[in-house]
Amino acid sequence: MRAVIAEDSVLLRIGVVKVLEMAGFEVCAEEADAAGLLSAVEEHRPDIAVVDVRMPPGYTDEGVRAALVIRRQWPDTSVLLLSQYVEERYAVDLLAANTSGVGYLLKQRIADVEEFAESARTVAAGGTALDPQVVSQLLMRRHSDPLDRLTPRERDVLELMAGGRSNSGIAAELVVSESAVAKHINSIFTKLDLPRADADHRRVLAVLRFLGLANT
Amino acid sequence: MRFKTWQPDFLWRPFGDAGRAIAFHCVGIAIQSGVLLVLALPWIYFVPTALWAVTVAVVVPSAAVVLAGPLLTRVQRARFRERLGVVVPAPAGLAERPGRPGIRQWLRSAPGRRQLRYHLLAGPLCALGGLVVLVLWATGGAAASIYVWLWVTPWQWRAENAGYVVKAAYVTAAGVALLYASAWLAKALARVDTRAANTLLGPSREEELTRRVADLAESRAGVVDAADAERRRIERDLHDGAQQRLVALAVNLGLAKATLGDLPEEARKVIDEAHREAKEAVAELNDLVRGLHPAVLEDRGLDAALSGVAARLPVPVRLSVSLRRRPSPTVEAVAYFVVSETLTNVVKHARASSADVTVEETRGRLLIAITDDGVGGADPSGVSGTGLTGLAKRVASVDGTFSCRSPLGGPTVVTVELPCAP
Repeated sequence: MRAVIAEDSVLLRIGVVKVLEMAGFEVCAEEADAAGLLSAVEEHRPDIAVVDVRMPPGYTDEGVRAALVIRRQWPDTSVLLLSQYVEERYAVDLLAANTSGVGYLLKQRIADVEEFAESARTVAAGGTALDPQVVSQLLMRRHSDPLDRLTPRERDVLELMAGGRSNSGIAAELVVSESAVAKHINSIFTKLDLPRADADHRRVLAVLRFLGLANT
Repeated sequence: MRFKTWQPDFLWRPFGDAGRAIAFHCVGIAIQSGVLLVLALPWIYFVPTALWAVTVAVVVPSAAVVLAGPLLTRVQRARFRERLGVVVPAPAGLAERPGRPGIRQWLRSAPGRRQLRYHLLAGPLCALGGLVVLVLWATGGAAASIYVWLWVTPWQWRAENAGYVVKAAYVTAAGVALLYASAWLAKALARVDTRAANTLLGPSREEELTRRVADLAESRAGVVDAADAERRRIERDLHDGAQQRLVALAVNLGLAKATLGDLPEEARKVIDEAHREAKEAVAELNDLVRGLHPAVLEDRGLDAALSGVAARLPVPVRLSVSLRRRPSPTVEAVAYFVVSETLTNVVKHARASSADVTVEETRGRLLIAITDDGVGGADPSGVSGTGLTGLAKRVASVDGTFSCRSPLGGPTVVTVELPCAP
């Protein structure tokens, strides 16, 4: 799989490149700003663009805006946003347009190299990886909805699903068996009234419902 | 020695400043003579008899004097500055230049009409007083030096008036007394004139205070903005520097941990420890830096920035922000700071299970209420060091109000009002 990186801090860019190469990515371009990123994506059409939110010249949300352009113009390229702080607004902007093939993680998560590699692979394959902080911020706003019917454990499972984890990953994280996780997930699907379609589709819908981004 | 220094000082001191005062009065008399000359000008050339001619001869010179008001004010100010070293401040926002739009504004304004009162009343009266002082001074001088005058009289006169020596002694004494009196009078009159000028030519007390308040408000706003800008700069520097370096360090340690599989147990432990420490340092620095001035505040406003704060807290926070437009960056920064600090306090001290934050705009005021269901007992006087005083000060720096009600047993309610006029 091929990746493009946009990050204005040289030190960190080197670190991210190493982690991505370790995770099996081929890094075709390293950029320092949004304009460079867009032309690199156009040229290389990578599977994933790993993008810093705050970049020159304005140092605000250049990365988010570039990510939206990439998702619109080159839907085959997934985007993984990295940021010093997770901001709920940026997450909403990013996820409102398209929820597959997007990720939004705190920069400090890169330090947990293996987890980060897994998230990057998930996003590159068209999945979703959201930082636990993004998830908790998105949950802040809701008051009453079907999600309130979920048990705390089911909530944990759903949160990890939103983070892009596989069933086995969730089982390892919560220290339960994989069949228990499957049971929880089925229960979640039922409580959220999700149609019986193929498992992956329902999985994505559950995550969307969880994030308050889908109504059906 | 002592006698020598004592004598001239005592005798001459009254005249020290009198010279300046008299010169000052002389200039004043000259100015008023000029005005009088303008007023008298028509009468020098002809004596009007018809009513219209009298009217013209009175009205035209008077109007000329009134129109010259701003000029006279400047001349008088120069007189006070040059002769007495007294600076009579100019009233703010008043054009004291000759010219049609200026003169209209000048005549309509309260300071302009006050200045006219000086030129038509106080000034001439003081000049008249000055004239009296000059006459007294000259008389005193003449009387004090009577022996000199007697010396130049013909010797026959002296021979005929034999008792003149004793009489002249009295006259000399009276003259010296008159000199002292007129010196005192000259200074007293200068003081009266200065007071009149300060009252009538300068700004009134109210105008002066208004101007001072405006100046202070402006300079304080500058200081507050500068502090805010400084906070932003520090945030930017930390974000671009230390934060990225620390993350890079944590990433490299993570890579070492993941790739160096065949390390001895000891080395693996050290790397693990360093990796954890680095991640904790990143998290700690993030919290600190975000408290300074988050980039999202500038970019997306209070709602976005505060929801980030609320989500990071271990206590559930209900947040409701309803603003029709964005307040100024400084007010936004203060509002953000107050809410984030108060919520930090709630977590640290209140032992609350939940908190409520509402931010709304009513009639040009930004109203912020932060309520928690904790144990209460927060001390707004800051004795217990809860940082509430710092918050109150920061709120006051933008003319806001801060109140904290926190009875023992709770709940604690912090209300803040900030100006957010468009």
